[in-house]
Parts: sequence; structure tokens; C-alpha cells
Amino acid sequence: MDFSSLYVKEGRAISKAKGALLIAESIPGIQFNEMVDVRLGNGEVKSGQAIDISEDATIVEVFGGVSEVDLVGSTIRCKGETLKLPVSNDILGRIFNGMGEPIDGGPRLIPEDYLDINGEPMNPALREPPAEFIETGISAIDGLNALVRGQKLPIFSGSGLPHNRIVAQVIRQATVKGKEERFALVFAAIGISYDDASFFMRDLERTGALERTVAFINTASDPVIERISTPRLALTAAEYLAWKQHMHVLVILTDMTNYCEALRELSSMREEIPSRRGYPGYMYTDLATMYERAGRISGKEGSVTIMPILTMPDDDITHPIPDLTGYITEGQIVLSRNLERKGIYPPIDVFLSLSRMMKEGIGPGKTREDHNNVFMQSYAAYAEGCYLREISTIIGAEALGERDKIYLTAADEFERRFISQGESEKRTVENTLDTAWGLFSALPEEDLKLIKEDFIKKYLPKYRK
Amino acid sequence: MGKIWRVSGPLVIADDMKGAQVYEVVEIGEEGLVGEIVGLEGTKAIIQAHEDTLGLKVGEVVRGMGRVLSAELGPGLVGSIYDGLQKSLLTLGENIGPFIKRGAKASALPRNKKWQFTPKVKAGDAVSQGDIIGTVPETNLVEHRIMVPLGIKGKIKEIRQGDYTVEEPVAWVEYNGEVKELTLMQEWPVRKPRPYKQRSDPSGLLTTGMRILDYMFPLALGGKASIPGGFGTGKTVALQQLARWAQTHLNIYVGCGERGNEMADVLSSFRELKDPNTGRLLQEKEIFIANTSNMPVVAREASIFVGITMAEYFRDMGYDILLVADSTSRWAEAMREMSGRLEEMPGEEGFPSYMGSRLSSFYERAGMVKCLGSPEREGSVTVAGAVSPPGADFSEPVTQNTLRIIDALYALDVSLANKRHFPAISWLTSYSLYVDAVKDWWNEHDPGWEHTRAGALRILQQEAELEEIVRLVGPEALPEGDKLLLLTARMIREDFLQQSAYNEVDTYCAPAKAGLMLKTIMKFYELTQEMLNSGAGMESIRSSAMVYRISRMKDIPNEDFEQKVKELWSEMEQSLVTGKRVP
Ligand SMILES: Nc1ncnc2c1ncn2[C@@H]1O[C@H](COP(=O)(O)OP(=O)(O)O)[C@@H](O)[C@H]1O
Ligand SMILES: [Mg+2]
Repeated sequence: MDFSSLYVKEGRAISKAKGALLIAESIPGIQFNEMVDVRLGNGEVKSGQAIDISEDATIVEVFGGVSEVDLVGSTIRCKGETLKLPVSNDILGRIFNGMGEPIDGGPRLIPEDYLDINGEPMNPALREPPAEFIETGISAIDGLNALVRGQKLPIFSGSGLPHNRIVAQVIRQATVKGKEERFALVFAAIGISYDDASFFMRDLERTGALERTVAFINTASDPVIERISTPRLALTAAEYLAWKQHMHVLVILTDMTNYCEALRELSSMREEIPSRRGYPGYMYTDLATMYERAGRISGKEGSVTIMPILTMPDDDITHPIPDLTGYITEGQIVLSRNLERKGIYPPIDVFLSLSRMMKEGIGPGKTREDHNNVFMQSYAAYAEGCYLREISTIIGAEALGERDKIYLTAADEFERRFISQGESEKRTVENTLDTAWGLFSALPEEDLKLIKEDFIKKYLPKYRK
Repeated sequence: MGKIWRVSGPLVIADDMKGAQVYEVVEIGEEGLVGEIVGLEGTKAIIQAHEDTLGLKVGEVVRGMGRVLSAELGPGLVGSIYDGLQKSLLTLGENIGPFIKRGAKASALPRNKKWQFTPKVKAGDAVSQGDIIGTVPETNLVEHRIMVPLGIKGKIKEIRQGDYTVEEPVAWVEYNGEVKELTLMQEWPVRKPRPYKQRSDPSGLLTTGMRILDYMFPLALGGKASIPGGFGTGKTVALQQLARWAQTHLNIYVGCGERGNEMADVLSSFRELKDPNTGRLLQEKEIFIANTSNMPVVAREASIFVGITMAEYFRDMGYDILLVADSTSRWAEAMREMSGRLEEMPGEEGFPSYMGSRLSSFYERAGMVKCLGSPEREGSVTVAGAVSPPGADFSEPVTQNTLRIIDALYALDVSLANKRHFPAISWLTSYSLYVDAVKDWWNEHDPGWEHTRAGALRILQQEAELEEIVRLVGPEALPEGDKLLLLTARMIREDFLQQSAYNEVDTYCAPAKAGLMLKTIMKFYELTQEMLNSGAGMESIRSSAMVYRISRMKDIPNEDFEQKVKELWSEMEQSLVTGKRVP
């Protein structure tokens, strides 16, 4: 980012350093959270931010950290600005680093505007409830945990599980029915390996999606502190494309666990009182101010849909990172190591998964009239089957009654035929629902209590001829 | 007038603040951000800023406003959508567009709108605080009763009829030669409970339309309830359902530190859905506070008090009010955030030691009261708050502190939610201490209530015990009687307790229907027990058409229910007693 024209103040020697924190004499006129440049004694320049200002002192957080030795002769320069992203229509197709600087060797951007990377809260009274179904072509998502425009729906994964492949499949296949609209993708790599980042970039290039993409890349070897700004830059770009350029934007943030680790590191450097497992007490609010940037605005074209990926430490969904995320996002798609071991792709645990915005996006005129009923009946039947599976591990399947055996088989079939599908297989939502109906055929008809009788007569294969 | 000395997040310290008071409202900086003084040290005032402090500078002005944080009370509240500081969000939207800019102002009550005022007292009448002097038809569902503000009494000198704004005087009261003007609007400091004549115990059922509440764990008017549960277990939907269908005069929905899209969803549904008894749009009896998770944290603290103050104000008119707060955990976190900045001694999990007392200062404002003033009237505020325990672990401080205060617990169970059993309210761990308080109500409407309720709860309890055996020996190894009990328990769970918020008919279940539904299942149990005794096998019972028919009771509209259930019972008696199949 180029701020040279914005420099307003210079000065003040630095008196003390502590990890990433510098305590300087009070700098008159400095703003709370203002960006500064710290010029160290050896001539090196680092970025920082004023996180506590008073008449006595100014505390600056230095991105990348400092040590006492560097202090001699160092100065702070104020930029007169909080962190901003220069934007213009030309950002599409470009790749930036975690500070918003182009790293693709392309031409300099001629900014149309500079946007504060923290954004501003959307007025809840002016939001439009998200209701447009996005067909991902994946049954476990479309059928049971449908995604809609303006939603924030994360993937809760574990290390080694195929979250990247699933997300790449979503990016390739996602469509909104009957709409020819302007669509863009914003991709943020946050502390992931170079290989994972290039997996996505290659896939985008291969499918020609790169021209509609803005990417912000902070890999595992890039500065940790920039992981704090990377997702915010991405969301700022997304908001610009959605609200200024009227596009429908899908934002992929991966891996948000790395973001949270960076936040924890920062918090402990600031010597704040930690909350659960060392994460700061404000992590909920911090994540919410990002995820809440998803949405629709009434009377405006465009939308921001966010799909963050996070890996659950130890596959533990009660760990503060997935836990606080689940409290903020509109559901979650949870991957299961168990299903993965059974060779099921995508290994989506439908019990732990949830889409809170689903009901608005499905039904007659959107997907199909029977969608909600099929959804409920599938859960009920699969839950029954899984419960019996659990019991039968102790008493043996033979000890089950006839009806129970049917459900036991149905659960296996459900995993094999409904959840499982090919990585390049794109199922229409009708196809997904019909697959479920195929499985219902094996159940006693009077057990289909959650489906309207008319739908049974209309969609159950035996009546369909 | 002072100046900024230090800024650290929502904590601002101002110097030169001599004469300032604790809890005084201040305006910070050129933009006039709203803050509240929380402490004084010499000439310095410690301020919690209710708006984002980004970009503030040392030396900017800080203005003491000479008043404490107050709510505006008067016609125009009903149907409004406020932020945590009672700014009208629709007005903000009109003025500054869809994104909220800090420092932007918007008054709670519209200033130019005229309201039709009809006096209820006349010149020469003696009045005192709380007396109703007239009414304004605010919406089709809420008659706004204009009361003499606290601390005012005397003789009515003049009172007018006609159309007035909230700021125009409508009456003049004279006392000892001094004349005071009364308008349609008054103010009240949000942290101070509004007074009443006398407090009574919660009583009478707060009809919610949710079977597991109304029938199993009833909430009484004036009661306090809590809904704790992990993410996705159904806290928000439950509170939304309460705010939609509770048969009260007015409901207040406080979205505190939660999702924007959820707010949008609830707002749009209130513009479409109709109250089951009056047929009027729900928003005609609702006030919304939306302080979403991305809005300034400290204002969450205020939002809850703003909400409860409005609730008390309508209570004082003689109304039954329900306030739901989603989520009190976010509110407690705001307290923790501020406390951390103030470097106070942290208690459990970093929460300040006063968190418990702050929580109870909120819940304690629920209750049933005899209102001040004449005519004599009773009003109530019922409160239901969501709690969001980290990792769904109820041993954490906010849940535990809340449990000490409330008298009805609706404990949400993650495993029920995962199976999509909604509402995922656990029948084994939830409780209501209001069973006695609503006994008279139920006895009037359904004399068998206590008996049926106890019978069903017993079956569910027995099911839980049998469940352990089933896991060891399998369901088939049980004696026939136990199998029948399990079948009945399943019917109670699936055909009675389960209730979809999204089913057009089932979203609201009248208490009479709920009673008949459960009685039908209990009747089924009674009849089938006899069948077993006379030698019938479980298979014939399981495959009876009645099992299926009972499972479809939910779809029968509230209006037709009594008739349809009669038919069902006679079929049941025929087919289950005689063993004959009904075509
Ligand atoms: N009574 C209900 N009927 C139908 N679905 C429900 C009900 N309660 C909850 N749900 C489902 O569970 C999801 C999560 O509920 P929500 O109230 O948002 O959870 P929480 O606020 O506890 O995180 C909802 O989006 C909905 O799909
Ligand atoms: Mg919720």
C-alpha cells in the first residue's frame, strides 16, 4: 500500500519495547488505532498501529515485532489513517499479500477509493433476509444443509480431511438458478502452506475463474501479524465488489484457525487477561465483526456470502475456535474422520452440520415443494439407523427386530448413496431429492410421518411410474 | 467540559472533568460519541464508550451531559427497531444509509408525528404519579395509556383533546401555585427499576403456543426463565417463537450481540405473521432492539436495560409484557471486556465479580405488580433470556449465575438438536417452579392437567431408565409391557413434544389442543395396555393404524381440533378395544 501522500506527522523517540509493543512518549494528534511506520535505528521500517494513546504515552503494536536493541535512534511516523485498502474495479484477477500489496507482478492499481479494512456495521433493520438458494451440486449440502446468498457458512474440518477439495468443488459448481448475474470470488489464504494455497490458485486458473477472483495470500512463512489483516482486506474487497459494483461475491477464508492463533499470540503479547484456553475474551466479537460482513441489503443488488474453513484442533468441536465460530456463523458443515475412514467423499457429518438459513432458501419456486419434508424425514431415518448401529455393536445386528434391521441398512445406504458422491459429480437439487426418495422406498410407508401424504403419492418411486 | 486523556478500546479517560457524576452520560470527541462515566479519580473521569473509538485523539473534547442514560417513553415505541442506545435504526437508515456511522444520532420517538389523545380526567381533578390521564391508540393492538410521570402531583388545570406530537403539552398540573406541563412523552433512567405499589407472585399461564412449555414446564406471568444451550440447539428460534406467539399485550425482543441476518429474518416475519387471537400483524405488539455482534460491544450492556425499562413502562399501564433477550452471555461478555480494560480483579473465567449481581439486577425487574396510580391495575413483566455456554458446558459462570436467579429452566440438549428433535428442550433436566402458580389457570381450562402431565413425565423418566437396559440387551429382549412403554414414550416425544417452528399449523398450538393431544396418547397407552393384558402382541399394536393417525394430530388446525379428536377417540376405542380395523 502506498501512503506517502498521507504522511502527516513525524517524531518522538521510543522509550521501551516489549515483544511487539513499543511504548513511546505521547504523540500529539495521533488517533486511536492509527497506522504508523516505525523506523528503527538500523534504517529498517516496520508497520505498526497505535493501540493505546494517552497524554503520558503512546503504545504501538509493531507488526513483526521489535527488540530493545533496535530502539536507539528509532522514530515513529504517523500516517494519519487507520489501515485502508485501495480499491478499484481492476482488483479482479489480482493477487495481494496480507498487507494488501500486489504480489503478482502486475501493474500498479489506480485507486478509486481507500476503504477502512474494518468496515462499518450493517444496519440490521436494512438487511434483506438471505433467501436465494445456491446449488453446490453436493447432496449433503444442498439437500440437508442448503447454502443461500448472504449467508456465512463455515467448514469445520480436521487436519488431513479433504476440506480443500470440497471447497474447490463448491467453487467450481456453485450456481444460482435462472440467473445471469455478475459473480466474483474473493480468496484469502491465512497462514496455510504454500502447497495448499497453490492448490486453490491452480484450480482457479484451470477453470478460468481466476479473472473473477481477488486473492490475498498469507502463507505459513509470511508474517504472523499480517494474518490479522488478511481476512479483513478480503472482506473489504468483497464489500466493495458487492455494494459498489453490484456483484454476488463468495468469500473463502482459509484457515481461520491460523487467524485465531495469531489473535491469541497478539493478545498474550499485550498481556491481556486470557479467556478459555488462552484465547482472548473478545475473540467472539472480533470474529463477529468479520463474519457479520456477510449479507444482503434491501434495495441493493449484490451480496456477500462467506465460507470460512477452519481446522478443529484435535477434531474437538467444543474447542474455542469452532465453538465461538459456530455461535456466530449461520450454521456449519462438519467433516467427519469416521466417514473419511469409510472412504466416503465428501465425509460430511450431517448431524453436526447445520444451515440456519436453509428454510428461507428452499421450497416451491426455489428448490422443490417436498424439500423440507425430505430433509426432516432423512434426518429422522438416518438418526434412527445410526442409533441402532450403535446398539448393534454391543448386541449384534441379529438381535434386532425386522423393522430395526431395515433402518440399520438404510443408514448404510444413506451414507453410500446420498452423502457419498464423486468429486466432479454435480447433482441437481432434484436429483438429490430423488436420491433420498429412492432410499425412502426401503422404509415402511407408514413410517414416513414427516412427509405430507400428497408428496408421498407424488414422489415415492412406487407411485411414480 | 473536559478533554480526552487516554483511549484504549472502549475505555476512554477524560481529564478536567470536575463536577461530573458517576453514570453521567458524556459526548466524546468532535463526533459526540455516546459514553457513560463509570468511575471518577480526581479530575479524571473513566468512561465506557458505547460507540467505536477508532480515530479518537488525545485532547479532543468530552462533554458531560448532566443526565444519566435514559430511555424515551411514549407513543411511537411499538413496532420500532432500536439499537442498544435506543436510536431508531430505521431513522438512521434514512439519514445515513445501510451502514452505521458512529456518532450518528436518531431519537427514539418520532418528533413530528401527531398522536390522537383522548383525556380520561378533566380540569379540576386531583392527579398524582402513575395516574392515567388519557389514551392514544398507538396501534390496533396497543392502547398507549398516558401516565402522570413520577414525582408529579396536583390538580389538573387544563387538559386537551386532539392531535399532538410527543413534545407538545396536553395537560397542565398545578401544585402549590406551580404549574407543570405534561406531554405524551417521558424519560426514565434505564438502570433504575420503575416503582410500583406492590409486588405479587407470578400467576396465571403465559400462553406461548409451545407444547413443552405450556403443558410440561409452564411459564407464569411475571416469571423469569432461562434457555441455555450450545450453538445451534434452538435458543434463538425458541425466543423468536415466544416473541411471536406469547399471548401478552406487548413483547420486546432484545437481540444482544447476535446475528444480523437473524434480526432481518425476525423483522420480516413480524411484518407478515398474524396474531392467532386478533388476526392483526404481530409487529403491532412488538418492540425490537437490535444490537448485533458487530455493533459496539459496550452498548450491549445498555441494550438489556433499555429493553427492560420499556417493558416496565408498559407494565405500568396495566399490561402483561414479555421480554426476551438473546443472548445474555454476550451481555456478560461486554461486562468482561470493560472490566478487563479497567484492570479490575477478574473473577471466574475473567468475568467481573459483580457479574452475578448485575444479572440479577436485570432478572429481578421481572414480576407481577400492582401499578402506581389510578385506576387500580395489575401488570407484569415476564423475562426469558438465552445463555450461550462455551462448549455447551453448563458449568460455566454465566449459566451458573443465571440458574441461581431464574425459576424456569429450558435446558437445550445438543444431542436432541443433532437429531433434529425440536424444540431441543430436554424433558429430563428442564424444570418450572411455576407449576403451582398456573394450577388454577389450567384447572379452569383442563381439569385433568396435573394428572396427565405427571403421567407423561413419568413415562419419559421410565424410558430413560429402560434405555440403559436396551443398550445392553437390545430392544427385542424386553418384556412386552416395557416395549409398549417405549412405544408410548416415543409417541410422546415425537408426536407431542416435537413441534416445528416452521410448520404453518404446528408453529402455534393452543393449550386446549396440546391437552387433547397428550390425552389422546395417554388414552392410547391405556387401551393398548388392556390389549396386551388380553393377550394381543406388540406387533399388532405397532402396526395399528392408530399409531399413524396419532402422529398426524399436529396437522389438525387449532379450530377443528376438538371435533377431529372426538372422531379419533371413537375410532381408537373401536379398533383398539375390539381389535377391529377401521377402514
Ligand atoms: N422449534 C424449531 N423448529 C424447527 N427447527 C428448529 C427449531 N428450533 C431450532 N430449529 C433449527 O435449529 C437451528 C438452530 O436454531 P437456533 O435457534 O438458531 O440455535 P441457537 O440460537 O441456539 O444457536 C435453526 O436454524 C433451525 O433449523
Ligand atoms: Mg442463536
